[in-house]
Amino acid sequence: MSTSAETVSKKFNIDTVENAAKTPDTELPWAELGLKQNEFDEVVKVLGRRPTGAELAMYSVMWSEHCSYKSSKNHLRQFGEKVTDEMKKDMLVGIGENAGVTNLGDGWAVTFKIESHNSPSFVEPYQGAATGIGGIVRDIISMGARPVAVMDPLRFGAIDHPDTARVMHGAVAGIGGYGNSLGLPNIGGEMVFDSVYQGNPLVNALAVGVMRHEDIRLANASGKGNRVVLFGARTGGDGIGGASVLASESFDDTKPSKRPAVQVGDPFAEKVLIECCLELFKGSLVEGIQDLGAAGISCATSELASNGDGGMEVELTSVLLRDPTLTPGEILMSESQERMMAVVTPENVAAFEAVMDKWAVEYSWLGEVTDTGRLIITWDGEVIVDVDPRTVAHDGPVYDRPYARPEWQDGVQADAFTGSVQDAGRPAAPAELAAAITELVASPNMCDKSWITNQYDRYVGGNTAMAFPDDAGVVRVDEETGLGVALATDANGRYTYLDPYQGAQLALAEAYRNVATSGAVPMAVSDCLNFGSPEDPDVMWQLAEAIRGLSDACMVLGIPVTGGNVSLYNQTGSTPIHPSPVVAVLGKLDDVARRTPSGWREDGQAIYLLGTTAAELDGSEWSNLRGHLGGLPPKVDLAAERALGEILINASRDGMVDSAHDLSEGGLAAALVESSLRYGVGARIALQDVLDRDGVDLFTALFSESQGRAIVGVPRSEEVRFKDMCTARGFAHIRIGVVDAASGNLEINGVEPLSLEELREAHEATLPKYFD
Amino acid sequence: MTELPLIGDAVAVGADAPDARRLAGARIGVVTFPGTLDDRDAARAVSLAGGTPVALWHADSTLGDVDAVVIPGGFSYGDYLRAGAIARFAPLMSKIIDAANSDAKLPVLGICNGFQILTESHLLPGSMIKNDHLKFMCRDQVLRVENSSTAWTLDYAEGQEITVPLKNQDGQYIADEKTLDALEAEGRVVFRYVGFNPNGSRRDIAGISNDAGNVVGLMPHPEHAVEVGFGPESLDGIGGSDTDGLGFFTSVLNKIVGGAK
Repeated sequence: MSTSAETVSKKFNIDTVENAAKTPDTELPWAELGLKQNEFDEVVKVLGRRPTGAELAMYSVMWSEHCSYKSSKNHLRQFGEKVTDEMKKDMLVGIGENAGVTNLGDGWAVTFKIESHNSPSFVEPYQGAATGIGGIVRDIISMGARPVAVMDPLRFGAIDHPDTARVMHGAVAGIGGYGNSLGLPNIGGEMVFDSVYQGNPLVNALAVGVMRHEDIRLANASGKGNRVVLFGARTGGDGIGGASVLASESFDDTKPSKRPAVQVGDPFAEKVLIECCLELFKGSLVEGIQDLGAAGISCATSELASNGDGGMEVELTSVLLRDPTLTPGEILMSESQERMMAVVTPENVAAFEAVMDKWAVEYSWLGEVTDTGRLIITWDGEVIVDVDPRTVAHDGPVYDRPYARPEWQDGVQADAFTGSVQDAGRPAAPAELAAAITELVASPNMCDKSWITNQYDRYVGGNTAMAFPDDAGVVRVDEETGLGVALATDANGRYTYLDPYQGAQLALAEAYRNVATSGAVPMAVSDCLNFGSPEDPDVMWQLAEAIRGLSDACMVLGIPVTGGNVSLYNQTGSTPIHPSPVVAVLGKLDDVARRTPSGWREDGQAIYLLGTTAAELDGSEWSNLRGHLGGLPPKVDLAAERALGEILINASRDGMVDSAHDLSEGGLAAALVESSLRYGVGARIALQDVLDRDGVDLFTALFSESQGRAIVGVPRSEEVRFKDMCTARGFAHIRIGVVDAASGNLEINGVEPLSLEELREAHEATLPKYFD
Repeated sequence: MTELPLIGDAVAVGADAPDARRLAGARIGVVTFPGTLDDRDAARAVSLAGGTPVALWHADSTLGDVDAVVIPGGFSYGDYLRAGAIARFAPLMSKIIDAANSDAKLPVLGICNGFQILTESHLLPGSMIKNDHLKFMCRDQVLRVENSSTAWTLDYAEGQEITVPLKNQDGQYIADEKTLDALEAEGRVVFRYVGFNPNGSRRDIAGISNDAGNVVGLMPHPEHAVEVGFGPESLDGIGGSDTDGLGFFTSVLNKIVGGAK
């Protein structure tokens, strides 16, 4: 195995620090690299001279919106500020590291994070989505954890748009192709179709990993004399955004003129990297570790050095290359996948190399940790970068972007669905209601998603206790005790468009409810904030409101945000996507055997509706089906969510419910159908008591999307105990029916009987129709 | 048949029971190649069946003293050349091939990628190509046990239908007509897909054996159907059972222990 540079003579016209000091007036392509005039001026001020080409490459990529969070940082602070003692008690590592870490008890810790890979997935859906999985999984490994599952919330354009199939086939195959090859079960996610995402599909990826407390690793380079090593795949020309301008560094015309901006994934290399890193952790062979994602070596060196206690010196010609014509700037910016950087003590070098050799992973020693406080990068001994790493990694520009409530917001909110043109002919007769329910569950957003999920391995690892289509994915962590985690992701772009503050809270409320429905105790939050351009004050307002709403709601629910990601500029021309804060909630189950599935099975069990229903159809799936978007989203009542969550968790723990399904998009109608189809077992439902108590009509009871509700299947022996618990907690509950295994129907009083066979056919036919 | 525990019973037997002790004495090797994914699952299945799993590394030059070998699923070497084509040349594989063909007839089970490796190794005839629908498919699959006399199917009844997960991209079993006819005639079609052929495999073949019945390969994953709460019934809830796959592992353990008596 090669351990150092194959000393190829590098005939570049190297822009050294010395040269930069002597030639202050050299024109630099900072604008092409995405820096603004004020930002470039700031770089010059920080350095006290013009940057070298390599330094410019580093600053431009690290100060980009993607890496620096310059537009959102001032708002994201709230996640760190609005924190109570309750929220801190289980947090082992908070925001700022590769991913947050939460204490699971029994010496176990869990880390999870959700990230976006939106624009690459539009340009090249397969590789974009694949490397999205790769990147988030490396974040989890970097914390010292073994990744145990992934999830992928997706939002694509209109289902019948010709380009949607391209994105759908590519992204789903990419997620499967990469994730399946890593041996990580895919346990859930979302699929939403809406024309607002036509030119800006959202491909978010979540990964979760587990570790023993003592195995937690952080990204920092400490200890003078410790060695810095780059290992994994070789560095190539992929994923270099706008770097062609750096071609001026070279007088070699033979290099490729155009570099691909989308990275290409190699899941096999990543799988080997996972096992190899876990072996390193087991032997305590690394002091600090960082994955290479956005901004590649620029990010890894500057973050490791600035999080440590000293500096770092790195020789760039030691980097193993796939393409020997890469310039220093390109090497620094390359986003080639499946690479990691680590800090190793001199004593551990031999043991480290033995692990690399066992797994046949290539590595090269790049340099060492120093106590100078400077990050110095040399090229064949000549200094091409000499910076304070903090100025690259942490002290980037921060903007207070102007924002204001859009002028159109009042108009949108005043346009309620009820009474609108689109509301004409609202179903009321039994046959109309039956047709409406069938139409709803066959609609693109509510239909069965197994066309997608059947392309993902949900079994690998042998610890998946629940997966799609149940409300949350559940994975066992400890095989002895059954300790495990539950995860759910949610977002509703329409709600958030109608009211960003409430919309973000609704996303959190739904994810929280989904986790509690599975029987797990919610513990932590990760968010992926997908928005349009922060330079548009309307969008900036949506972002600010969503962050404010989410951080306020986390306080009330008592669970902290431990990490996440912001994806901005998701817009086509001047039209942004719906603001889409995707919220992931992680919960804990003491024993995954206690998890609650979403469907009923046992004949004669009582079905209860928990929570109350109001006339809340604005932003609903029904109004969406009728082409209406206006009014106000459903009300958020976080205290009620918490109370409902406690009921569901207790009921699961004490064996009082056999099934539980949360009510969200599509309301009670969708939930009843899904709970029936889960195991193909029907039910007889009568909603008169609900109509009387809540003062709503049958259509509203079925299609309203009021929050804080769930339906549960209660064994007869547990009914009294269950009712007493709800009564004692003052939570609304009504018995709405009974499981009917023999009928093969879902029968709702006032609605023509629905045969499960026909419902299933309608539910399952939609995706194959468009994508097979 | 043997008087030793049948499907599922081995787990329930107390650790001190003589049968459990005897089963635990059987050592089942589980091979890991770079890119193997289901090795821990296979090891768990061996444990749940009552045996002792032994981790084997592809680069090892000895099989140790294992009594049987499982080559688990995954994407060895990324399946980049052709599924199983590179793994077949691992040092350990030549030991496995020798032991499988020796008079001792070492029992070998290849699951999914393991099956592909066995065909590449010519321990089993035929080959696997991409699924006819060209997509990766993960589903619960009903199989019919066509031959209950192989080392890995003794605990099943002939004609028994079992449900185990299937998950692959390259699962379409192909062979020339002569080979297929021979397999049928010799009773070497061990498993057939029932109800739905998930990948276009010839004659609905899901798994086959060698002539002696000690080497069995199949595309579906019995090691994912060995534990209540984590198998087909719990995850998909569409019939079958969570533990239909356990019989593979109890079969070989009972054979090993029975044979040693």
